[in-house]
Amino acid sequence: MKDKGKLLVLFLIASEAFFFIALIIAYVYYRNFTNATDTVAANLDAMRTGIFTLFLVGSSVTLIFGKRALKKGNDQTFKLFMALTILLGAVFMVGQITEYIGLYHKQITLNKDVFGSSFFTLTGFHGLHVILGIIALSILFGVSFTKMKPVTLAGIEGVDTYWHFVDVVWIFVFYFVYITPLL
Amino acid sequence: MSLFIDIPEDDDQLPAINKDSGRLLWIASVDHKQLGIMYLWLALFFFLIGGIEAMIIRAQLASADNDLISPELYNQIFTMHGTTMIFLALMPALIGLATYLLPLMIGANEMAFPRLNAFSFWMTCMGGFLMYFSFFAGGAPDAGWFNYAPLSENNYSSTAGVDYYLVGLILTGMGSIGAGLNFVTTVLTLRSPQMKLNMLPLFAWMIFINGFLLLAAFPLLNAGLFMMLIDRQFDAHFFIPSTGGSAILWQHFFWAFGHPEVYILALPAFGIISEVIPVFSRKPIFGYKFIAASTVAIALLAFGVWIHHMFAAGMSNTVNGFFAASSMLIGIPTGIKVINWIGTMYKGSIRMTVSMMFAMAFLIDFTIGGLSGASFAIVPIDWQLTDTYYVVAHIHYVFLGGTAFGIFAGIFYWFPKISGRHLSEKLGKWHLWLFVLGFNMTFLLQHVLGIIGMPRRVYTYPADLSYWEILNLVSSLGAIFMFAGIAVFLWNIYVTLKKPRQAEDNPWEAWTLEWATTSPPQLQNFTSLPPVHSRRPLWDLKHPDNPDKKLN
Repeated sequence: MKDKGKLLVLFLIASEAFFFIALIIAYVYYRNFTNATDTVAANLDAMRTGIFTLFLVGSSVTLIFGKRALKKGNDQTFKLFMALTILLGAVFMVGQITEYIGLYHKQITLNKDVFGSSFFTLTGFHGLHVILGIIALSILFGVSFTKMKPVTLAGIEGVDTYWHFVDVVWIFVFYFVYITPLL
Repeated sequence: MSLFIDIPEDDDQLPAINKDSGRLLWIASVDHKQLGIMYLWLALFFFLIGGIEAMIIRAQLASADNDLISPELYNQIFTMHGTTMIFLALMPALIGLATYLLPLMIGANEMAFPRLNAFSFWMTCMGGFLMYFSFFAGGAPDAGWFNYAPLSENNYSSTAGVDYYLVGLILTGMGSIGAGLNFVTTVLTLRSPQMKLNMLPLFAWMIFINGFLLLAAFPLLNAGLFMMLIDRQFDAHFFIPSTGGSAILWQHFFWAFGHPEVYILALPAFGIISEVIPVFSRKPIFGYKFIAASTVAIALLAFGVWIHHMFAAGMSNTVNGFFAASSMLIGIPTGIKVINWIGTMYKGSIRMTVSMMFAMAFLIDFTIGGLSGASFAIVPIDWQLTDTYYVVAHIHYVFLGGTAFGIFAGIFYWFPKISGRHLSEKLGKWHLWLFVLGFNMTFLLQHVLGIIGMPRRVYTYPADLSYWEILNLVSSLGAIFMFAGIAVFLWNIYVTLKKPRQAEDNPWEAWTLEWATTSPPQLQNFTSLPPVHSRRPLWDLKHPDNPDKKLN
């Protein structure tokens, strides 16, 4: 593969995957391999977060369409889908922030117990990655209006790989944090 | 002064450091050669600091019931000694050599991502200085280089030292991941078009594999470091058993990183040895494929052995047995390499340069370190010897007798290429003998100290324990020899850099591409490349009648 930018992002996300695996292992370890009962899981609304998950997955789909339009030189469609992608990502973040506020009102915080610690660390680091992705997408979206549009063309390959990765990580986080306590 | 400085043209030498604009051009540089040289200076700087810390440790232990420094300071010194040597001396030295040589060896003019390269260097640099700032901010970290919880948590380590350790290592860790990304992508995209992956010089191959190790190991460390930082700063409970956390989880995270880290430090040194030994034995490397393949085997096994650092932590017998077996397995690919290096030397016409002598010292001392390592894979021996000076002796035989000797061999080998001047062979031999003899004097005896029961990290010991005092004294005397050896090395660098540039392009008659350009290379490494059809392109160029086997 001679597109070194995309290659770099592929190796970077492989490296990031190990980071998230470590955080997920911590959560699963505390819940399944110690005597403690998960105090956070009982207060989570899997349905609500599931809906927000659909928004994040949807943003990956719109990004695929957006990239396809860009490659075809279909500018209006690209901008439409790109705006939609950023919007869906932002909606997901709003969902996460409101969820944090709700948990805070139930007095579930980072320093409450080990599950509070690992829940906020894991989802927080994922949230940071989403924010970073939104920033990267916004930059590409912004410069596509200017004469620096070639930057968008060059950057889209790496940024879309990264965005799909953030999406996939969330599906794993959602499964381990929200779904497995229900099973 | 003008706000703008002239960017040097491609056919210039590296910008001179003794001009105003030259200094700025070094700080702002994204050139892999300049960054490589800066990595090496950084490594030398921290190697000296870590060395002074080691001398303080040995001075404190030289006699029984000594109170040269306070126990609190002693804890800080040994913690900083270990952390400095591993993360701020050996890693930057190896990454520096790789940054300098990787593009040259594969016939490229730059790394794949020059700015990422500069980012990696400055992260490592800032991380190191931040960690040392802790001395001025209330006390250095004092929980040992592997920083076991709960000792490292707020309850037991109340100064900010451990926080500096965590943040410093997160920064250097990000730098290392950046370097790993750069190595892997550079090898994959920027090789000379004729050079296939199976024709890479072995150093380049090992750096390539090492890149994957960096990418997989450092995120595990960073995750653990972040969790502990959140523990300490935001009162989370990850590693605090009294409030539901798990101290052993920190051990898992640290050693799941820590064991691959051993190979991150060893593989590039193996690569240096695999370049130096053939050139000074005047023979092609014996069993290229075995060395290359065993490197991959080591890299994969590296992630499946970490529990052997935790045999004493109380895992089940099944777990211990599994990891004892996997740890033993690592001896096989490493042994293959040693046999290959000896096979390369066999019947060669060996040139006893300082570089070659360091490589031979590496072979002997690294093998001793490997054997004492294999003894730790046997669980009952580990239970008996864990946390004694036997471990200290082992880690130093691997990292100092292995990695550091490899680095010295590499420095003496590539110094003419990097600076255009030969290090003095005469001073080099003083350096070598003082250092190698001092090293074995210090650490061979520590095996015995460990077996007779001296625990590591003790501040002092009573006088009535038989042999402890004399063994410790001889150990400390050896450290003085090593210190003198390094002083000679520094003097050697100083007088050599005063001399004019006179090194030929290929002073050792070596065969890899870095010797096809000038010494030192111009800002643009290559204007044209020799044809590459085998693993030794410069041999083919010189001996068209008797070329190596054609591989493309």
